[in-house]
Amino acid sequence: MSDYYLNPGLAQPAATPLDEPYWQGLQEGVLRVQQCAACGGWQWGPEWICHHCLSDQVGFTEVEPRGVIYSYERVWHPVHPALAEQGPYIVVLVELPDAGNVRMVGNLLGDPEQNVPIGAPVEGVFEHHVDAEPAYSLLHWRLL
Amino acid sequence: MRGRTAVVGVGETEYYKRGQAPDAEFKLALDAIVKACADAGINPKDVDGFASYSNDRSDPSHLAAALGCKELRFANMQWGGGGGGGSGAVANAAAAIHAGLADTVVVFRALAQGQFGRFGQGPRRNTIGGEMAYTVPYGLMSPAQMFAMKVVRFMHDHGVEQAALRAISLACYEHAQHNPRAVMYGRPLDAEKYDASRWIVEPFHLYDCCMENDGAAAMVLVSAERAKDFDHKPCYVLGAVAGSHYRAGASVHNTPDYATSTFKTLAPRLYDMAGVRPADVDVLQSYENFTGGVLMSIVEHGFCAPEECNEFFVKERFVAPGGDLPLNTSGGNLAECYMHGLGLNIEAVRQIRGASTSQVADAEVSMVISGPMVTPVSSCIFGSEATL
Repeated sequence: MSDYYLNPGLAQPAATPLDEPYWQGLQEGVLRVQQCAACGGWQWGPEWICHHCLSDQVGFTEVEPRGVIYSYERVWHPVHPALAEQGPYIVVLVELPDAGNVRMVGNLLGDPEQNVPIGAPVEGVFEHHVDAEPAYSLLHWRLL
Repeated sequence: MRGRTAVVGVGETEYYKRGQAPDAEFKLALDAIVKACADAGINPKDVDGFASYSNDRSDPSHLAAALGCKELRFANMQWGGGGGGGSGAVANAAAAIHAGLADTVVVFRALAQGQFGRFGQGPRRNTIGGEMAYTVPYGLMSPAQMFAMKVVRFMHDHGVEQAALRAISLACYEHAQHNPRAVMYGRPLDAEKYDASRWIVEPFHLYDCCMENDGAAAMVLVSAERAKDFDHKPCYVLGAVAGSHYRAGASVHNTPDYATSTFKTLAPRLYDMAGVRPADVDVLQSYENFTGGVLMSIVEHGFCAPEECNEFFVKERFVAPGGDLPLNTSGGNLAECYMHGLGLNIEAVRQIRGASTSQVADAEVSMVISGPMVTPVSSCIFGSEATL
């Protein structure tokens, strides 16, 4: 057993030129979401231009890691060898009211067989994989 | 384009469990195409166009060379993954013939997952960048996992119960028991067995998920003028559309209208083109990647309101010949074969011909819904001569 929500062995995220500030932010314990400097519009995942006003002046803005559960799923069948002994786990889709209601995917911490209330408020929990090479961080969620 | 083209030949290889085809994928494609041409009564060398989807690996130029086609005039790929392009490829073929780009177009799909990789497993890379980096490290990586979250939200919004999904699966398996070509022929499913089956990802039990198979399927399309001269009763393309709603392709589950099969904008266009209403549809083939996609597809094509799902989705309604909306009469992707849905289009043609193993009496309007929940998706309506 590790201290991480999911057993180790899944592909680990690698930053790209488009999303480097996001992944760097998670390692620093902050959540950054793409926002347009021209019109203030939010978008996720990151794109090269703003889909609202088509400006290429898109940057990243720090927001509070809090949201509401928009949907979820409880996974039982492992589709990757790393999860063979995992048992059920919960993936949540979280809307961020502080960032134009963009949605992010994460895991819901706690009992994997818990009831998951759609619409419930959640807060982000950073999971730092400092032992990975290179190190990276994920953002999970827990019910408030 | 309504009624201007018709399917005059269909062909399928034997259908195998995934990884068990004795032939290479390209040979399977050739086999299905040759059979479709034989069914139509034409020489494969007279085929002058090919249309496929989902990044099929059998390249049209190579197919034309292997078949000795005299001339290649249309080589078309509908963009997008999953089975979303099944009816889109029919639309492209029909449009090409209608526009005069080609005369004899084959729509095909071939899969050999022993030779190539599987769909239902996660990536095996050590690192992952871009859109998948936002989901894979959280254990969201397979098609079932990508789509379950939409279905959970739809069922939550409209109070849909598990029994509605179960009805779809039971109807498919019922029809497969009459179809000797079906991979699940001789393997019936009842409610108890469904309920006892393991979860893949809630709300999908094992029997809510399509199979993965090897094989190939092909259809021959020609103009309506020529179609009358062929052996089989022509199956006219009344309408065929492909596409998706506003920002359906927004990444990381960020499409604004999320809990949808992606057909809300398309279905009205399909009915307009075909000149029919949902009540006119005699028989329906609706792509099951997962039963939840069928549920939303049927709602979004206007057969019932979202709030009516628990009453509407009962097995008896979907079983031929007595049901009022016979569904997936070959067994579909769940129980006949997962040929990325092209088998559904072929079954729709069989219904018009009167040649299904679960035949609907006097089937005149035969509809196919392809690849729900991806983008682009597609759907089409075939009709008999009486519908023209």
